[in-house]
Amino acid sequence: MNFSISLTVNGVRQNIELADPRVTLLDLLRERLHLTGTKKGCDRGQCGACTVLIDGRRINSCMTLALGQDGADVTTIEGIARGNELHPVQAAFIAHDGMQCGFCTPGQIMSAIGLIHEGQAGDDPERIREGMSGNLCRCGAYSGITDAVLEVQKSLVEADQRLSA
Amino acid sequence: MKTFDYVRPATISDAIAAAAEPGAAYLAAGTNLLDLMKGGIAGPSRLFDVMRLPGLDRIERLPDGGVRIGALVRNADLAHDPDFARSYPAIAEALLSGASAQLRNAATVGGNLLQRTRCGYFYDPASACNKREPGTGCDAREGANRLHAVLGWSEACIATHPSDFCVPLVALDAVVEIEGRTGRRMVAVEDLHCQPGAIVSAAAAMRIEHGTIRDARIALGGVAPKPWRAHTAEKILAGCHPDPATFHRAAEAALADAKPSGDNRFKIELAQRIIVRALTLAAAGTPPRVPALPASPFSSAPGAFHDA
Repeated sequence: MNFSISLTVNGVRQNIELADPRVTLLDLLRERLHLTGTKKGCDRGQCGACTVLIDGRRINSCMTLALGQDGADVTTIEGIARGNELHPVQAAFIAHDGMQCGFCTPGQIMSAIGLIHEGQAGDDPERIREGMSGNLCRCGAYSGITDAVLEVQKSLVEADQRLSA
Repeated sequence: MKTFDYVRPATISDAIAAAAEPGAAYLAAGTNLLDLMKGGIAGPSRLFDVMRLPGLDRIERLPDGGVRIGALVRNADLAHDPDFARSYPAIAEALLSGASAQLRNAATVGGNLLQRTRCGYFYDPASACNKREPGTGCDAREGANRLHAVLGWSEACIATHPSDFCVPLVALDAVVEIEGRTGRRMVAVEDLHCQPGAIVSAAAAMRIEHGTIRDARIALGGVAPKPWRAHTAEKILAGCHPDPATFHRAAEAALADAKPSGDNRFKIELAQRIIVRALTLAAAGTPPRVPALPASPFSSAPGAFHDA
Protein backbone atom coordinates (compact mmCIF):
# COMPACT_ATOMS: atom_id res chain seq x y z
CA MET A 1 0.00 0.00 0.00
CA ASN A 2 1.37 3.41 -0.97
CA PHE A 3 0.74 6.62 0.87
CA SER A 4 0.96 10.10 -0.56
CA ILE A 5 1.56 13.26 1.44
CA SER A 6 2.29 16.87 0.68
CA LEU A 7 4.82 18.85 2.72
CA THR A 8 6.20 22.35 2.48
CA VAL A 9 9.85 22.04 3.42
CA ASN A 10 11.84 25.26 3.80
CA GLY A 11 9.29 27.07 1.68
CA VAL A 12 9.13 24.50 -1.13
CA ARG A 13 5.99 22.46 -1.47
CA GLN A 14 6.52 18.84 -2.42
CA ASN A 15 4.42 15.76 -2.93
CA ILE A 16 5.96 12.64 -1.49
CA GLU A 17 5.03 8.98 -2.00
CA LEU A 18 5.72 6.68 0.90
CA ALA A 19 5.72 2.91 0.58
CA ASP A 20 6.32 2.36 4.29
CA PRO A 21 4.09 4.02 6.91
CA ARG A 22 6.78 3.71 9.60
CA VAL A 23 8.95 6.53 8.22
CA THR A 24 9.41 9.29 10.79
CA LEU A 25 9.62 12.91 9.72
CA LEU A 26 13.31 12.79 10.69
CA ASP A 27 14.07 9.83 8.40
CA LEU A 28 12.07 11.42 5.60
CA LEU A 29 14.09 14.63 5.87
CA ARG A 30 17.44 12.87 6.02
CA GLU A 31 17.04 9.82 3.80
CA ARG A 32 14.50 10.96 1.21
CA LEU A 33 15.01 14.71 0.98
CA HIS A 34 18.74 14.53 1.82
CA LEU A 35 18.44 17.35 4.34
CA THR A 36 21.03 15.87 6.66
CA GLY A 37 21.43 18.99 8.80
CA THR A 38 18.74 17.65 11.12
CA LYS A 39 20.51 15.06 13.26
CA LYS A 40 19.47 11.71 14.66
CA GLY A 41 20.78 11.47 18.20
CA CYS A 42 18.68 9.23 20.45
CA ASP A 43 15.74 8.71 18.04
CA ARG A 44 13.48 8.57 21.13
CA GLY A 45 12.55 12.19 21.75
CA GLN A 46 15.03 12.76 24.52
CA CYS A 47 18.04 14.61 23.07
CA GLY A 48 16.54 17.26 20.79
CA ALA A 49 19.13 16.85 17.98
CA CYS A 50 16.25 16.30 15.53
CA THR A 51 14.39 19.51 16.43
CA VAL A 52 12.60 21.18 13.50
CA LEU A 53 9.81 23.72 13.28
CA ILE A 54 6.35 22.56 12.22
CA ASP A 55 4.14 25.54 11.39
CA GLY A 56 6.61 27.62 13.43
CA ARG A 57 6.62 25.37 16.54
CA ARG A 58 9.60 23.30 17.62
CA ILE A 59 9.07 19.54 17.86
CA ASN A 60 11.19 16.38 17.82
CA SER A 61 11.06 15.12 14.24
CA CYS A 62 12.04 11.60 15.41
CA MET A 63 8.81 11.26 17.38
CA THR A 64 6.34 11.98 14.63
CA LEU A 65 5.34 9.92 11.62
CA ALA A 66 5.85 11.64 8.29
CA LEU A 67 2.33 10.55 7.33
CA GLY A 68 0.87 12.43 10.27
CA GLN A 69 2.48 15.66 9.05
CA ASP A 70 0.63 15.69 5.74
CA GLY A 71 0.10 19.34 4.77
CA ALA A 72 2.55 20.72 7.34
CA ASP A 73 5.03 23.55 6.86
CA VAL A 74 8.43 22.25 7.96
CA THR A 75 11.50 24.42 8.60
CA THR A 76 14.88 22.76 9.07
CA ILE A 77 18.33 24.17 9.78
CA GLU A 78 18.89 24.34 5.99
CA GLY A 79 16.00 26.78 5.63
CA ILE A 80 16.85 29.58 8.04
CA ALA A 81 19.75 31.49 6.44
CA ARG A 82 19.01 34.00 3.69
CA GLY A 83 21.52 33.12 1.00
CA ASN A 84 24.91 33.87 2.53
CA GLU A 85 23.41 35.82 5.40
CA LEU A 86 23.17 33.71 8.53
CA HIS A 87 20.06 33.69 10.67
CA PRO A 88 20.68 35.89 13.77
CA VAL A 89 20.59 32.79 16.00
CA GLN A 90 23.23 31.06 13.83
CA ALA A 91 25.44 34.17 14.01
CA ALA A 92 24.98 34.40 17.79
CA PHE A 93 25.94 30.73 18.27
CA ILE A 94 29.20 31.42 16.43
CA ALA A 95 29.85 34.67 18.29
CA HIS A 96 29.30 33.03 21.69
CA ASP A 97 30.99 29.73 20.97
CA GLY A 98 27.70 27.88 21.51
CA MET A 99 29.10 24.59 20.23
CA GLN A 100 32.04 22.26 20.29
CA CYS A 101 31.61 19.12 18.16
CA GLY A 102 28.53 20.61 16.49
CA PHE A 103 26.33 17.52 16.41
CA CYS A 104 23.59 18.99 18.59
CA THR A 105 23.91 22.47 17.06
CA PRO A 106 21.21 22.29 14.34
CA GLY A 107 18.72 21.08 16.94
CA GLN A 108 19.88 23.71 19.44
CA ILE A 109 19.49 26.48 16.87
CA MET A 110 16.03 25.34 15.74
CA SER A 111 14.99 25.00 19.37
CA ALA A 112 16.30 28.49 20.17
CA ILE A 113 14.32 29.95 17.25
CA GLY A 114 11.23 28.15 18.56
CA LEU A 115 11.88 29.36 22.11
CA ILE A 116 12.28 33.00 21.05
CA HIS A 117 9.10 32.74 18.97
CA GLU A 118 7.18 31.28 21.93
CA GLY A 119 8.06 34.43 23.86
CA GLN A 120 8.02 32.80 27.30
CA ALA A 121 11.65 33.10 28.35
CA GLY A 122 12.42 36.78 27.83
CA ASP A 123 15.88 37.81 29.04
CA ASP A 124 15.92 35.54 32.12
CA PRO A 125 18.86 33.11 31.78
CA GLU A 126 17.10 30.60 34.06
CA ARG A 127 14.00 30.58 31.84
CA ILE A 128 16.20 30.26 28.74
CA ARG A 129 18.05 27.27 30.25
CA GLU A 130 14.75 25.65 31.21
CA GLY A 131 13.30 26.40 27.77
CA MET A 132 16.35 24.85 26.08
CA SER A 133 16.40 21.81 28.37
CA GLY A 134 14.99 19.55 25.63
CA ASN A 135 18.33 19.84 23.81
CA LEU A 136 21.29 17.96 25.20
CA CYS A 137 24.87 18.99 24.45
CA ARG A 138 27.36 16.35 25.45
CA CYS A 139 30.28 18.74 24.92
CA GLY A 140 28.75 21.01 27.55
CA ALA A 141 28.50 24.21 25.51
CA TYR A 142 25.44 25.24 27.51
CA SER A 143 26.81 28.51 28.78
CA GLY A 144 27.63 29.73 25.26
CA ILE A 145 24.22 28.56 24.05
CA THR A 146 22.44 30.52 26.80
CA ASP A 147 24.51 33.62 25.99
CA ALA A 148 23.67 33.27 22.29
CA VAL A 149 19.94 33.09 22.97
CA LEU A 150 20.18 36.01 25.41
CA GLU A 151 21.93 38.13 22.80
CA VAL A 152 19.33 37.46 20.12
CA GLN A 153 16.56 38.14 22.61
CA LYS A 154 18.22 41.43 23.56
CA SER A 155 18.69 42.54 19.96
CA LEU A 156 15.02 41.76 19.23
CA VAL A 157 13.91 43.93 22.16
CA GLU A 158 16.20 46.74 20.96
CA ALA A 159 14.85 46.43 17.41
CA ASP A 160 11.29 46.63 18.79
CA GLN A 161 12.22 49.74 20.79
CA ARG A 162 13.70 51.35 17.67
CA LEU A 163 10.51 50.58 15.75
CA SER A 164 8.25 51.98 18.43
CA ALA A 165 10.44 55.06 19.03
CA MET B 1 9.13 -1.59 14.44
CA LYS B 2 6.29 -3.81 13.28
CA THR B 3 4.57 -2.37 10.24
CA PHE B 4 0.97 -1.21 10.32
CA ASP B 5 -1.86 0.21 8.28
CA TYR B 6 -2.39 3.92 8.67
CA VAL B 7 -5.92 5.32 8.56
CA ARG B 8 -7.32 8.77 9.26
CA PRO B 9 -10.93 8.53 10.45
CA ALA B 10 -12.95 11.61 9.52
CA THR B 11 -15.33 11.71 12.46
CA ILE B 12 -15.45 10.69 16.11
CA SER B 13 -18.00 7.98 15.34
CA ASP B 14 -15.75 6.56 12.59
CA ALA B 15 -12.89 6.52 15.09
CA ILE B 16 -14.99 4.73 17.71
CA ALA B 17 -16.12 2.09 15.21
CA ALA B 18 -12.53 1.60 14.02
CA ALA B 19 -11.18 0.88 17.51
CA ALA B 20 -13.27 -2.31 17.70
CA GLU B 21 -10.87 -4.01 15.28
CA PRO B 22 -8.31 -6.28 16.91
CA GLY B 23 -4.82 -4.76 16.82
CA ALA B 24 -6.17 -1.24 16.40
CA ALA B 25 -4.61 1.71 18.22
CA TYR B 26 -5.31 5.42 18.20
CA LEU B 27 -2.44 7.69 17.24
CA ALA B 28 -2.47 11.34 18.30
CA ALA B 29 0.89 13.13 18.54
CA GLY B 30 2.54 9.75 19.09
CA THR B 31 5.16 10.96 21.55
CA ASN B 32 4.46 7.94 23.78
CA LEU B 33 3.04 5.40 21.32
CA LEU B 34 5.80 5.81 18.74
CA ASP B 35 8.38 5.38 21.48
CA LEU B 36 6.66 2.13 22.58
CA MET B 37 6.47 0.93 18.97
CA LYS B 38 10.17 1.64 18.37
CA GLY B 39 11.02 -0.37 21.48
CA GLY B 40 8.81 -3.30 20.47
CA ILE B 41 6.56 -2.81 23.51
CA ALA B 42 3.53 -1.91 21.40
CA GLY B 43 2.86 -3.39 17.98
CA PRO B 44 -0.50 -2.25 16.66
CA SER B 45 -1.46 -3.63 13.26
CA ARG B 46 -3.53 -0.60 12.36
CA LEU B 47 -3.11 3.00 13.50
CA PHE B 48 -6.04 5.36 13.50
CA ASP B 49 -4.65 8.88 13.38
CA VAL B 50 -7.13 10.97 15.38
CA MET B 51 -5.11 14.18 15.25
CA ARG B 52 -7.44 15.79 12.73
CA LEU B 53 -10.77 14.83 14.31
CA PRO B 54 -12.90 17.98 14.41
CA GLY B 55 -13.89 19.81 17.58
CA LEU B 56 -11.37 18.29 20.00
CA ASP B 57 -8.85 21.12 20.07
CA ARG B 58 -10.78 23.66 22.13
CA ILE B 59 -10.43 25.06 25.65
CA GLU B 60 -13.99 26.00 26.61
CA ARG B 61 -15.20 28.00 29.60
CA LEU B 62 -18.31 26.43 31.12
CA PRO B 63 -21.18 28.42 32.67
CA ASP B 64 -20.49 26.85 36.10
CA GLY B 65 -16.97 28.32 36.13
CA GLY B 66 -15.30 25.07 35.09
CA VAL B 67 -13.32 24.46 31.95
CA ARG B 68 -13.65 21.74 29.30
CA ILE B 69 -10.42 20.79 27.57
CA GLY B 70 -10.40 19.04 24.20
CA ALA B 71 -8.44 15.79 24.02
CA LEU B 72 -6.31 17.14 21.17
CA VAL B 73 -5.27 20.39 22.85
CA ARG B 74 -1.48 20.41 22.96
CA ASN B 75 0.13 20.42 26.41
CA ALA B 76 2.01 23.67 25.66
CA ASP B 77 -1.12 25.44 24.39
CA LEU B 78 -3.03 24.58 27.55
CA ALA B 79 -0.20 25.60 29.87
CA HIS B 80 0.29 28.93 28.09
CA ASP B 81 -3.39 29.80 27.68
CA PRO B 82 -3.48 32.99 29.83
CA ASP B 83 -7.03 32.47 31.15
CA PHE B 84 -6.43 28.83 31.94
CA ALA B 85 -3.07 29.43 33.62
CA ARG B 86 -4.62 32.15 35.80
CA SER B 87 -7.50 29.94 36.91
CA TYR B 88 -5.55 26.70 37.27
CA PRO B 89 -1.94 27.60 38.09
CA ALA B 90 -1.23 24.15 39.56
CA ILE B 91 -2.18 22.44 36.29
CA ALA B 92 -0.22 24.90 34.16
CA GLU B 93 2.86 24.48 36.34
CA ALA B 94 2.57 20.67 36.35
CA LEU B 95 2.36 20.66 32.54
CA LEU B 96 5.42 22.88 32.23
CA SER B 97 7.42 20.71 34.63
CA GLY B 98 7.08 17.65 32.39
CA ALA B 99 9.09 16.49 29.34
CA SER B 100 10.63 19.18 27.11
CA ALA B 101 9.31 22.16 25.16
CA GLN B 102 9.47 20.10 21.95
CA LEU B 103 7.40 17.27 23.42
CA ARG B 104 4.92 19.65 25.07
CA ASN B 105 4.42 21.39 21.71
CA ALA B 106 3.42 18.05 20.18
CA ALA B 107 1.85 15.96 22.95
CA THR B 108 -1.89 16.20 23.56
CA VAL B 109 -3.96 16.38 26.73
CA GLY B 110 -5.69 13.08 25.88
CA GLY B 111 -2.35 11.41 25.24
CA ASN B 112 -1.02 12.68 28.56
CA LEU B 113 -3.91 10.97 30.39
CA LEU B 114 -3.40 7.74 28.48
CA GLN B 115 0.40 7.51 28.50
CA ARG B 116 1.86 4.26 29.80
CA THR B 117 3.98 3.85 32.89
CA ARG B 118 7.71 4.64 32.74
CA CYS B 119 8.67 1.50 34.71
CA GLY B 120 11.90 0.18 33.17
CA TYR B 121 10.63 -3.41 33.21
CA PHE B 122 7.55 -2.41 31.24
CA TYR B 123 9.93 -1.01 28.61
CA ASP B 124 12.06 -4.15 28.42
CA PRO B 125 10.34 -6.93 26.43
CA ALA B 126 12.77 -9.47 27.95
CA SER B 127 11.49 -8.77 31.50
CA ALA B 128 8.38 -10.15 33.18
CA CYS B 129 5.73 -7.44 33.41
CA ASN B 130 2.08 -7.99 34.28
CA LYS B 131 1.18 -4.63 32.82
CA ARG B 132 2.71 -5.42 29.43
CA GLU B 133 1.78 -9.11 29.45
CA PRO B 134 -0.66 -10.09 32.21
CA GLY B 135 0.30 -13.25 34.09
CA THR B 136 4.04 -13.07 33.43
CA GLY B 137 4.94 -11.60 36.83
CA CYS B 138 6.71 -8.43 37.94
CA ASP B 139 10.49 -8.22 37.67
CA ALA B 140 10.44 -4.86 39.41
CA ARG B 141 9.51 -6.56 42.71
CA GLU B 142 13.06 -7.92 43.08
CA GLY B 143 14.72 -5.49 40.69
CA ALA B 144 15.73 -1.84 40.49
CA ASN B 145 12.65 -0.45 42.21
CA ARG B 146 13.91 2.70 43.86
CA LEU B 147 11.43 4.81 41.90
CA HIS B 148 8.41 2.56 42.36
CA ALA B 149 5.22 2.91 44.37
CA VAL B 150 4.81 3.24 48.14
CA LEU B 151 1.01 3.65 48.15
CA GLY B 152 -1.70 1.52 46.57
CA TRP B 153 0.65 -1.04 44.99
CA SER B 154 0.12 -4.79 44.80
CA GLU B 155 2.31 -7.85 44.33
CA ALA B 156 1.22 -7.81 40.68
CA CYS B 157 2.53 -4.33 39.89
CA ILE B 158 4.49 -1.65 41.74
CA ALA B 159 4.82 0.83 38.87
CA THR B 160 3.79 4.44 39.40
CA HIS B 161 1.47 6.51 37.30
CA PRO B 162 3.59 8.53 34.84
CA SER B 163 1.70 11.80 34.50
CA ASP B 164 2.52 15.03 36.38
CA PHE B 165 -0.49 16.68 34.74
CA CYS B 166 -2.92 14.20 36.34
CA VAL B 167 -1.81 15.07 39.88
CA PRO B 168 -3.46 18.52 40.08
CA LEU B 169 -6.36 17.15 37.99
CA VAL B 170 -7.05 14.67 40.77
CA ALA B 171 -6.65 17.34 43.46
CA LEU B 172 -9.27 19.42 41.65
CA ASP B 173 -11.75 16.55 41.07
CA ALA B 174 -11.41 16.67 37.28
CA VAL B 175 -13.52 14.26 35.25
CA VAL B 176 -12.85 12.75 31.84
CA GLU B 177 -15.63 12.74 29.28
CA ILE B 178 -15.35 9.54 27.25
CA GLU B 179 -17.28 8.74 24.11
CA GLY B 180 -17.60 5.09 23.17
CA ARG B 181 -19.86 2.61 21.44
CA THR B 182 -22.35 2.75 24.29
CA GLY B 183 -22.51 6.53 24.36
CA ARG B 184 -20.89 9.21 26.46
CA ARG B 185 -19.81 8.75 30.06
CA MET B 186 -17.93 10.66 32.73
CA VAL B 187 -15.08 9.11 34.72
CA ALA B 188 -13.11 10.81 37.50
CA VAL B 189 -9.42 11.20 36.59
CA GLU B 190 -8.70 9.42 39.87
CA ASP B 191 -10.60 6.33 38.64
CA LEU B 192 -9.22 6.38 35.12
CA HIS B 193 -6.96 3.39 34.99
CA CYS B 194 -4.57 4.91 32.63
CA GLN B 195 -1.27 4.05 33.24
CA PRO B 196 5.80 11.39 36.23
CA GLY B 197 8.44 12.67 35.18
CA ALA B 198 8.89 13.49 38.85
CA ILE B 199 10.20 11.02 41.45
CA VAL B 200 7.58 12.38 43.83
CA SER B 201 5.36 15.38 43.21
CA ALA B 202 2.48 17.08 44.97
CA ALA B 203 -0.25 19.49 44.04
CA ALA B 204 -1.89 21.52 46.78
CA ALA B 205 -4.60 24.14 46.92
CA MET B 206 -6.24 25.83 49.90
CA ARG B 207 -9.10 28.21 50.48
CA ILE B 208 -8.05 30.37 53.43
CA GLU B 209 -10.56 32.72 55.08
CA HIS B 210 -9.66 34.99 58.01
CA GLY B 211 -6.49 33.03 58.66
CA THR B 212 -8.25 29.64 58.76
CA ILE B 213 -8.10 26.90 56.16
CA ARG B 214 -11.67 26.30 54.96
CA ASP B 215 -10.94 23.71 52.34
CA ALA B 216 -7.78 21.99 51.10
CA ARG B 217 -6.83 19.74 48.21
CA ILE B 218 -3.73 17.56 48.03
CA ALA B 219 -2.71 15.00 45.44
CA LEU B 220 0.56 13.13 45.04
CA GLY B 221 2.34 11.91 41.94
CA GLY B 222 5.08 9.31 41.60
CA VAL B 223 3.99 7.32 44.65
CA ALA B 224 1.17 5.06 43.44
CA PRO B 225 -0.33 3.33 40.40
CA LYS B 226 -2.57 6.36 40.02
CA PRO B 227 -2.39 10.02 41.03
CA TRP B 228 -3.03 9.74 44.78
CA ARG B 229 -5.55 12.00 46.47
CA ALA B 230 -4.76 12.59 50.14
CA HIS B 231 -8.29 12.88 51.57
CA THR B 232 -7.26 12.24 55.19
CA ALA B 233 -4.68 15.00 55.07
CA GLU B 234 -7.22 17.38 53.54
CA LYS B 235 -9.62 16.73 56.44
CA ILE B 236 -6.87 17.46 58.98
CA LEU B 237 -6.19 20.84 57.37
CA ALA B 238 -9.80 22.00 57.29
CA GLY B 239 -10.47 24.40 60.16
CA CYS B 240 -6.79 24.78 61.12
CA HIS B 241 -4.34 27.65 60.86
CA PRO B 242 -1.99 27.35 57.90
CA ASP B 243 1.20 26.85 59.93
CA PRO B 244 4.15 24.45 59.63
CA ALA B 245 2.98 22.19 62.47
CA THR B 246 -0.40 21.69 60.78
CA PHE B 247 1.26 21.02 57.44
CA HIS B 248 3.55 18.41 59.02
CA ARG B 249 0.58 16.66 60.64
CA ALA B 250 -1.28 16.58 57.32
CA ALA B 251 1.81 15.26 55.53
CA GLU B 252 2.23 12.43 58.04
CA ALA B 253 -1.43 11.49 57.69
CA ALA B 254 -1.16 11.44 53.88
CA LEU B 255 1.54 8.79 54.03
CA ALA B 256 0.23 6.87 57.06
CA ASP B 257 -0.61 3.81 54.96
CA ALA B 258 2.51 3.91 52.79
CA LYS B 259 4.89 0.98 52.70
CA PRO B 260 7.91 0.48 50.46
CA SER B 261 7.44 -1.90 47.52
CA GLY B 262 11.22 -2.33 47.33
CA ASP B 263 14.24 -0.13 47.72
CA ASN B 264 12.12 3.00 47.96
CA ARG B 265 11.41 3.74 51.61
CA PHE B 266 12.88 7.22 51.03
CA LYS B 267 9.85 8.15 48.96
CA ILE B 268 7.64 8.14 52.04
CA GLU B 269 9.58 10.88 53.79
CA LEU B 270 10.24 12.65 50.51
CA ALA B 271 6.49 12.76 49.81
CA GLN B 272 5.84 14.16 53.29
CA ARG B 273 8.43 16.90 52.80
CA ILE B 274 7.03 17.71 49.37
CA ILE B 275 3.51 18.00 50.80
CA VAL B 276 4.78 20.47 53.42
CA ARG B 277 6.57 22.41 50.71
CA ALA B 278 3.52 22.46 48.42
CA LEU B 279 1.24 23.58 51.27
CA THR B 280 3.71 26.30 52.30
CA LEU B 281 3.83 27.57 48.73
CA ALA B 282 0.03 27.34 48.42
CA ALA B 283 -0.43 29.32 51.65
CA ALA B 284 1.80 32.05 50.23
CA GLY B 285 -0.66 32.46 47.34
CA THR B 286 -0.40 32.00 43.61
CA PRO B 287 2.67 33.74 42.18
CA PRO B 288 1.97 36.16 39.32
CA ARG B 289 3.95 33.94 36.98
CA VAL B 290 4.87 30.26 36.83
CA PRO B 291 8.37 29.90 38.37
CA ALA B 292 11.35 29.77 36.00
CA LEU B 293 11.86 26.13 36.96
CA PRO B 294 8.29 24.83 37.20
CA ALA B 295 7.52 22.51 40.12
CA SER B 296 11.21 22.28 40.96
CA PRO B 297 12.81 22.28 44.42
CA PHE B 298 15.81 24.03 42.92
CA SER B 299 16.11 27.73 42.54
CA SER B 300 18.74 30.06 41.22
CA ALA B 301 17.54 32.70 43.68
CA PRO B 302 19.89 32.86 46.68
CA GLY B 303 18.20 32.14 50.01
CA ALA B 304 15.19 30.46 48.42
CA PHE B 305 13.14 27.99 50.42
CA HIS B 306 14.83 24.60 50.05
CA ASP B 307 14.23 22.42 53.05
CA ALA B 308 10.73 22.23 54.42
